[in-house]
Amino acid sequence: MRYLPHSEHERADMLAVIGARTAEDLFARVPAHALLREPVNLPRHAPEFLVEARMKALAGRNHAAGDGPFFIGAGAYRHHVPASVDHLIQRSEWLTAYTPYQPEVSQGTLQMLFEFQTQVAHLTGMEVANASMYDGSTATAEAVLMARRLTRRNRIILSGGLHPHYRDVVRTYLGDGPDLVCLPPSPEGQGDILNRIDAETAAIVVQTPDFYGHLRDLRAAADAAHAAGALLIVVVTEVVSLGLIEAPGALGADIVVCEGQSIGNSLNFGGPYVGLMATRKEFIRQMPGRLCGETVDADGNRGFVLTLSTREQHIRREKATSNICTNSGLCALAFSIHMSLLGEAGLKKLARLNHHNAVKLARMLGTVPGVELLNKSFFNEMTIRLPVPAAPVVEMLAKAEVLAGLPVSRLEPDNPACENLIVLAATELTTDDDIAMLAECLHAALAEDVQ
Amino acid sequence: MSMNNQGRPTGVGTAVPAGTSDFTSTSGSSLLPNEPLLFEIGDREHSGVDLPDVAIDGSFLGGFERKSEIDLAGLTEPETLRHYVRLSRLNYSIDSGMYPLGSCTMKHNPRLNEKMARLAGFADIHPLQPVSTVQGALALMDELAHWLMTLTNTAAVCLTPKAGAHGEMAGMMAIKAAQEAAGQGHRKIVLVPESAHGTNPATAAFLGYSVKAVPARDDGTVDVEAVKAALSPDVAAIMLTNPNTCGLFEPEVIDIAAAVHEAGAFFYCDGANFNAIMGVVRPGDLGIDAMHINLHKTFSTPHGGGGPGAGPVVLSAALAPFAPVPFVRKGEGQLALVEHAEGQHLGRITAFNGQMGMYVRALIYMLSHGGDGLAQAAKDAVLNANYIKARLERVFSVPFPGQPCMHEALFDDSFLEGTGVSTLDFAKALIDEGFHPMTMYFPLVVHGAMLVEPTESESKQTLDRFCDVMLELATDARAGNVARFTSAPLNAPRRRLDETRAARSPVLKWERQEPLPEAAE
Repeated sequence: MRYLPHSEHERADMLAVIGARTAEDLFARVPAHALLREPVNLPRHAPEFLVEARMKALAGRNHAAGDGPFFIGAGAYRHHVPASVDHLIQRSEWLTAYTPYQPEVSQGTLQMLFEFQTQVAHLTGMEVANASMYDGSTATAEAVLMARRLTRRNRIILSGGLHPHYRDVVRTYLGDGPDLVCLPPSPEGQGDILNRIDAETAAIVVQTPDFYGHLRDLRAAADAAHAAGALLIVVVTEVVSLGLIEAPGALGADIVVCEGQSIGNSLNFGGPYVGLMATRKEFIRQMPGRLCGETVDADGNRGFVLTLSTREQHIRREKATSNICTNSGLCALAFSIHMSLLGEAGLKKLARLNHHNAVKLARMLGTVPGVELLNKSFFNEMTIRLPVPAAPVVEMLAKAEVLAGLPVSRLEPDNPACENLIVLAATELTTDDDIAMLAECLHAALAEDVQ
Repeated sequence: MSMNNQGRPTGVGTAVPAGTSDFTSTSGSSLLPNEPLLFEIGDREHSGVDLPDVAIDGSFLGGFERKSEIDLAGLTEPETLRHYVRLSRLNYSIDSGMYPLGSCTMKHNPRLNEKMARLAGFADIHPLQPVSTVQGALALMDELAHWLMTLTNTAAVCLTPKAGAHGEMAGMMAIKAAQEAAGQGHRKIVLVPESAHGTNPATAAFLGYSVKAVPARDDGTVDVEAVKAALSPDVAAIMLTNPNTCGLFEPEVIDIAAAVHEAGAFFYCDGANFNAIMGVVRPGDLGIDAMHINLHKTFSTPHGGGGPGAGPVVLSAALAPFAPVPFVRKGEGQLALVEHAEGQHLGRITAFNGQMGMYVRALIYMLSHGGDGLAQAAKDAVLNANYIKARLERVFSVPFPGQPCMHEALFDDSFLEGTGVSTLDFAKALIDEGFHPMTMYFPLVVHGAMLVEPTESESKQTLDRFCDVMLELATDARAGNVARFTSAPLNAPRRRLDETRAARSPVLKWERQEPLPEAAE
């Protein structure tokens, strides 16, 4: 038991100080018949080398994204994470610290969060940002609830271009009902969300680039929402796009939520990720999540503390703005370090590189007979329509070790209009060889399928 | 090239350029008192990554190109390392010393967990890859689920909640869904003991319930008669923490569960303190219907300055059909991932598959300890807390005496009465002695509460040193040495911080003090 420090002798000495006969005496308040007499039916403790071997065996049964050509995006993106990011977040003082409840000995985490909030506010073009949320999808659900509190209206309209998983999360949080309007999927970038806004509408939720890769006109959405007294919530699942695309805040967004995984965080099979949330200054008291603020110490030195906590569950209990009592501290740190490494110049270059590779991907896909590209605009992600159902084709390519993208039917199984669609992404890691291999395999698969 | 650090600092105090920070050591601490903000040392043209500058062959941005400036500061790689290493040195962490935060469970974080979580087969897999290409990940989730269900004796587990509070939400949603399916949707009241974590009432209210407080007895535990008195046909559930936030095991928990079930309600257990009983008591045997397990506390995944956490929720057979998706199911030949709500299942509470990175770490902690070691860890955590209680209770009064505590020892501040030293002052003085303070002022039901949780990974030597310091401080406070406490901390990167000022006039981001220089491009 390499993590437990006591010898049997020490245990006996401590029990003597306590005045107990055995360790079991300390569980005297547990009803006797509920106390386990036999060990649980689970394996016994194991040495480090055996645990390591077991985990390597499990990891070895997965095909890693870096093992071959890879084009899956759809809300989680494979980007390069500089070595110094992972090195720094593994420093004990970051990794094994807790919530900064004692600010005098937590200035590292607090200053980092203040810098993170500044980066997120600048990136989104908003006035204030919080110290992070669980992920982009839960941040979206929280933004919707925040809009209801702000407008004292109930109706929420979700664009057909919103990531289907995000739509599903909002639906679980809000429950099905007439006040939640989920527009049908819009793979060709179509949508009538602006015509749906009425005097009952609290907010419309628009994603850009949307799930199918199309860039959406936020200015028009903001104007239409504001004319009806509603708010515009903008969702960004690929934050790298903000290096090249206009900031939502500059186009009239009221609340911006993003999945921040792309910067500094690995794919991790879906988590842990880091949700970003930014808004206008006047809305901060309705914003959920932690906030870090600047102040001074007794000597007049600048310092940082968690602040405005009267919005939070540990003060307001059942009147809190949400039940959230944590943030994604370490993932926010990874985001902030990677963003510092990139800087303004680096982020712009990275975004251009992503778009550059996506343009090459789009051009190559256009040469494959039977493949129809649905996008007129895109950043690093696009949708194609095949003449046949997409899922078996993707599965066939996976057998050839080419992970070709997401068959939309996996997320929209009940929608026949999505059956032949694949959403594909390119990033800076996508090579010309990868693209050529994809085109070749797709060509072969379609030829085989058509016969 | 513009240097942003030429501008004025953002607040009171002196920001200095990187490399010339004052190095003030007041007590042998090697912490740096001043590290400038990233925005004061960075530059919009500096970058620590080398990327090709490509010419895009025709743009597909549809006219949405960015025209506004971003205003991000960049650092070169060496500058980045220094900035974040320096900042890191302003933090206390479990690897630097004892962190006896009650209810937070700060125990050793094994590095094997970190090493394994970074294997490409775990870190570099996409949540939407074909299921045939992630069978190892699904097997890991299945194995973790098996451990959690075995340790709790429950029928099902939903792994996806992103934190303990998210797990509470998922568990209470399952209860709500089960009652609606049974035509019991009129049940709108949730009983919550006064001593509960703030997330319990917040979660209940978040889901549209009204919260009714249940009082505790003089011994700090909940009386089954008090629960019976509060029960009615409108009650949906009770949310009870066991062991509770006073560090005590609820002795009538089985009777409480029976009374709650008799009234047609469900028993939600806040599992934040599960590490006190893992391998020793199975919550399912106590009659719980749902309980979240904070993987980061119980099975030691690093807290990372506030997260990420992971809060899987175990469910009884009655609630199993209402678990959120996705979950792993054994199929023919391979494991399947059920991604869409079928029948009564709740939908999705997060976009993808939950905190895979945390699943890896938690399972490694389980395999390393084994079922036998987890039970020993729980017993040692309880032993350590009772040892601290025994050594301190002649000076620090115990609000609920005469019973062993579980993995955390609760004291009140009556020993400070008349000294002019507040509980907060006492906590800050502990910092000067090299310890992170315990949890202060929680639970709310005890005046000036001090909740000490040593965890199982602290040695007897460390516990003795902690107790010696606590007793010495108490003696000094009673001797009238008030200044030592009110001026504390002196040996920390910062003196006492003005939290009122931060809340009254919030400054939540760095503001540029001079006009943005012309863009370089």
